[in-house]
Amino acid sequence: MAKRNEMVKETVGSNNQVTELPHSEAPSELLRELVSHLRQNRTQLREEWVGSISQTRLLTAMTKEEIFAEATSVYDSYVEALETETFEALQAYARNLSERIIPRGVETHEVVGIVLLLRDVLARSLFAKYQTDFKKLNRILDAYEPAANRIANTVAVGFVQERERVIRQQQEAIRELSTPVLQVRERLLILPIIGVIDPQRARQLTEQLLRGIRTNRAKVIVIDITGVAAMDVTVANHLVQTVEASRLLGATVIVTGLSPEIAQTLVTIGVDLGKMNTVGDLQGGIEQAERLLGYKVERLAEPR
Amino acid sequence: MEVPILKQGAVLIATFQAALSDADLNQLRMGLVQQVVKFRSRAVIVDVTAMDVMDSFASRTLREIAHMIRLRGAETVIVGIQPEVAFAMVQLGLTLEDVTTALDLEEGLAYLNEKFKNTH
Repeated sequence: MAKRNEMVKETVGSNNQVTELPHSEAPSELLRELVSHLRQNRTQLREEWVGSISQTRLLTAMTKEEIFAEATSVYDSYVEALETETFEALQAYARNLSERIIPRGVETHEVVGIVLLLRDVLARSLFAKYQTDFKKLNRILDAYEPAANRIANTVAVGFVQERERVIRQQQEAIRELSTPVLQVRERLLILPIIGVIDPQRARQLTEQLLRGIRTNRAKVIVIDITGVAAMDVTVANHLVQTVEASRLLGATVIVTGLSPEIAQTLVTIGVDLGKMNTVGDLQGGIEQAERLLGYKVERLAEPR
Repeated sequence: MEVPILKQGAVLIATFQAALSDADLNQLRMGLVQQVVKFRSRAVIVDVTAMDVMDSFASRTLREIAHMIRLRGAETVIVGIQPEVAFAMVQLGLTLEDVTTALDLEEGLAYLNEKFKNTH
């Protein structure tokens, strides 16, 4: 690498002209030569690449036709990036591709894997072509390698970013799904909670609950945690604080469905049970809430 | 700052303004009890809807007001605590326990009506 730079400097320095030397092309020349080689041998190299993909058992979630179609697009984008030395189009394509294949279950190691395979297939073809001229091969690789690495990086990062975006979106969806505030009678709200409560969810829960008390003028809330297996001490404390804050808004909270583990946690943190109104299950909780609100439920006839 | 105190039958309604100084709170504590004595009120509703913060001094003053008024045989109901204020108070351990609270003025009056109806 150093030798080549030296030679070019000498030429420019001596007579202020860059003369065409037989064995020392400019990097862009080399890149052009490389790109035309890749274009000319497109069909063969692509086939080789697709072959190695199935050999290494990558992209098992996709059909042969799909792999071929995507491989064509990736190959063309790859060569175009090498040619233009710009990566925005490639980045956009990588995000687009990721958006399509992530729902199919394609994983990060597969995407990185196939890009590296393509890199290797193309590098091997360069070895084959320039095997008689080792110096030229070196120069070609000098031009090829940084660009190929940048491409691999761009595609991998594009894929990971898209994955992270999807995960964030799913987390948001789960969060919204899981804390509805339901009014089942005048002044009576039910909060059925399912799954894992982390501190962030707990905070969101409290916000929604207190807002719900104000909006619905609720006097009794039943928080059902049958669907919650366990909670840590922080969340348990948060639950107690939520109950107390609700009282300040004039509402009573009944907590139902405590699992044995959660009951243990509450006892361990020394919760003042006088402050916590708890009932075994949701049915019991609703019945007590109705009593508190002055309802009496009477069956008038057998179910039809 | 003067806190308006309205009389509604046997109930006094004191509406707290947004920014009450410690001096205002002290004045109010004495003032309210004096009014309860003067009008022989049976209950006081303290409306804190306009308060967007509640520090420990304000919280303690409210409890003291409630206790002093109870010594006069009257009931205190604190109404209008905002959701954010409620949670902040609870996190600081200011639970206003043994003081009756209600969502708003309407609820406070309904509670008192119910109570007086039963204890006549």
